[in-house]
Amino acid sequence: MAKKTLNIVESAYRAVMEEQDDTILWLLAAMQGAGADHTVVLRGNAVNYAVTGQQAIPLKVGAWSQTQPPRMDRDVVDLIENRKIPVYAVEEDVAERGIEPSELVPGVQVVGRKALANMMGDYVVVNHW
Amino acid sequence: MSKTTIAVALMDAPYESENLTTAFRILDAAARRGYDLNVFAYEGASALAFTKQVPHPNPVHGKNLAEENHPTTKDQVAALVAAAEASGGKVDWINCGMCVDERGVGEFVPGTRRGSPADFHAFVEKSDNVLVIPTK
Repeated sequence: MAKKTLNIVESAYRAVMEEQDDTILWLLAAMQGAGADHTVVLRGNAVNYAVTGQQAIPLKVGAWSQTQPPRMDRDVVDLIENRKIPVYAVEEDVAERGIEPSELVPGVQVVGRKALANMMGDYVVVNHW
Repeated sequence: MSKTTIAVALMDAPYESENLTTAFRILDAAARRGYDLNVFAYEGASALAFTKQVPHPNPVHGKNLAEENHPTTKDQVAALVAAAEASGGKVDWINCGMCVDERGVGEFVPGTRRGSPADFHAFVEKSDNVLVIPTK
């Protein structure tokens, strides 16, 4: 049985244009496919990954154009619906950024900072990314 | 009207930050205006023009190689050189030689070349302005 792992993702939008996704969410999705047991908590600026309807303007350099720019809300939905990875967003970080809970993609749960501290005890491994 | 020449120093490695996306957007805009661009690719950025970069499919996205159309910075560098030429400008792209050797990335796309900090000094001296985009 896989070790139950809590992943607190705080690094946000790092190289997402070049990778066309977030490297950590990608890694967790791939590991889940290999049998891992992950839960994701979006913290700090990373809570914005859960805001629905976002899109990035593709990079263009001369005649070269990007055709598959990242869609972070799509990737969060994929974690929840297809990978069965629970995704939380830190409630205070959502509020501080003026994000309404109704703007979060369906299935994202909010967790307060104090509750997050208690939540860690439920996991064998806690990774802070 | 005199030609505008800009010196740009880049430090970030490919696939590590958003700095390079911003840099390429700026460089593209300048190239389209026909500016001459003197780029010094330092440290991790010395791998931007490495010819052996290979795009990959994305199984997490469920996309094959063609569908994912994964970007490589070598293609962006080559497109920048071509765009500048098409607009009447030129790109002088220097890859820091010692940085290249450290990383084993000594094969560059055409239009870029090996150089040293002395080249960046020369760029600064002959450019109208200097833009440094450091790694953080």
